[in-house]
Amino acid sequence: MSRTPRILAWTALAAVILLAFLPQFADRYYIQLFTRIMSSAIFAMSLGLLVSGAGLVSLGHAMFFGLGAYLLVFFSPGDEGAAIWWALPATMAAAAIAALIIGALAVRTSGIYFIMLTLAFGEMLFYLFHDSKLLGGSDGLYVNFRPTVAAFGRDLLSLDDRPTLFYVALVLMVATYLGIGMLLKAPFGRAILGIRVNEQRMKALGYNVYAYKLVVFAIAGALAALAGFLYATQYRSVNPVLFSWRESGLVLMMVILGGLRSRLGPAIGAFALVLVQEALQAVTDDWLIAFGVFVIVVVLLLPNGLAELAGKLTPDRLAKAANDG
Amino acid sequence: MDPVFFLIQVLNGVQYGLLLFLIASGLTLVFGILQVINLAHGSFYMVGAYLAFWFTARSGSLWIAILGGLPLALALGFVIERLMIRFLYRRDHLTQVLLTYGLILIFNEAQRIIFGSDPHSVTVPQIFEGSIRLTDTLSYPIYRLAVSGVCLILVMAMIFVIQKTRLGMYVRAGSVNREMVQLLGVDVGQLSTLVFATGAGLAALAGMVAAPLSSVYPGIGEHILIICFVIVVIGGIGSIKGAFIAALLVGLADTFGKVVVPEFASMSVYAVMAAILLWRPQGLFGRAG
Repeated sequence: MSRTPRILAWTALAAVILLAFLPQFADRYYIQLFTRIMSSAIFAMSLGLLVSGAGLVSLGHAMFFGLGAYLLVFFSPGDEGAAIWWALPATMAAAAIAALIIGALAVRTSGIYFIMLTLAFGEMLFYLFHDSKLLGGSDGLYVNFRPTVAAFGRDLLSLDDRPTLFYVALVLMVATYLGIGMLLKAPFGRAILGIRVNEQRMKALGYNVYAYKLVVFAIAGALAALAGFLYATQYRSVNPVLFSWRESGLVLMMVILGGLRSRLGPAIGAFALVLVQEALQAVTDDWLIAFGVFVIVVVLLLPNGLAELAGKLTPDRLAKAANDG
Repeated sequence: MDPVFFLIQVLNGVQYGLLLFLIASGLTLVFGILQVINLAHGSFYMVGAYLAFWFTARSGSLWIAILGGLPLALALGFVIERLMIRFLYRRDHLTQVLLTYGLILIFNEAQRIIFGSDPHSVTVPQIFEGSIRLTDTLSYPIYRLAVSGVCLILVMAMIFVIQKTRLGMYVRAGSVNREMVQLLGVDVGQLSTLVFATGAGLAALAGMVAAPLSSVYPGIGEHILIICFVIVVIGGIGSIKGAFIAALLVGLADTFGKVVVPEFASMSVYAVMAAILLWRPQGLFGRAG
């Protein structure tokens, strides 16, 4: 988790810098695509914190993404945009509280029971929003106006401007990455990693394992809600499908494809997955079959994900492989 | 509630529960013995439903559909176990979830390419047409009773095989301690293939007999899969007895949920699960671990 190959870190830094110049030369379609990918990357990193940080595999993480998206709708007044300064923190706090309630039950279990419980809670929320007319029903809801970024009565940024939204997403993505890194380096994060490696020992050392797991679950939920908030800001419409277990499966796929050994893994997975999807969609209508095959091949051939592929390509490893061969 | 109406709901709930048990039993055994989470289990149900549609549309009879479709479903389960699931035995749950998720994508897309996105219906076999009149206004379709009967026979046959035969003994032992059974000279690899293919066959069979009750539509397997996960969790993973009780519980909860709280019917099943897990985190018959 904490070991990121140096070559990978530099490549990632170069990619972020390159990404920052994207709006200068790419057309609208690609600006939108990459904005969406970056909200997926935040989503994937939040799940990565849960999976590789605390060892909790959730198959219902989309519920917090969906919650974040819906909360933006609920916090937006009908005739103007919500002020982002309170709407975003309120969304993340509400998602964290929801995660604390759901986690209080789910975190008591582990392994396959945790997978299935999170799956079931996700479906429960899906049906709640799907069946209830009050919450928009199966058609979903619209955000009439994007959130406003203002200070002292003056607009600082307009999120209606595509490049601006792109840069906001970029900043949030990098901030999420650095934030998770700081969290894991802090004593709290060390304790979490310890729990993943040896839960019994941490218990014996006097740590309240349950409370630690619950807090991680809440933080991951809040970060997923941030991604959902960003998504709803970009597309201005939300529907119950955001909660569905297919979405949860997709983001889990991003995390695993990217690889669990590296903290960059989930973000790499998000970029790789969406771009592979786009490429396949451009080639064939029946792209999901090819995508399914891609997933199965990666699982069978690259047990540690795409990030390991990058790690394998470092010069010294290649030299070693050549010597061994 | 009117007693006849109540009786009809109980019959519906039991019938749904028995059907769910056919599917969930495969899921719980595959997890118990193979230690594999198979997300694609619902796809076998879908394959069964579409096989029933395809064969019935050509031959005009659900009987022929079952005779022709069941061997195909068993063969499909056999091939998938040998080609893919086999490699997952020693891998973690994450990998299993991912690979079987990939399988779902392939199954769903193949379904869309071959049969399209429109729902299809399957006709009820002639001898089971019509319904039994209970009162002036209420009646109960014979086919539903027939489905309950078929499921009940299969359930009893399965319980007999698992509890009374040598093969069933291996299966039960394998779900407790796989390594030990292997050490005692049982070919666990073959046992695993058998269990997986049988589970696939049972799920497909459930899809076939259920096809005339509801239309056959895309995504039919996924809803069933999630419900079956709920059953496996409530019953305790690997426990056939638990799955049986949980399936009936879920069948009844779902049926009565639709009648009593229509607005939140789809949630009632999950509420039951949450309540049971609060009380017993390992499920009704799960081993504490």
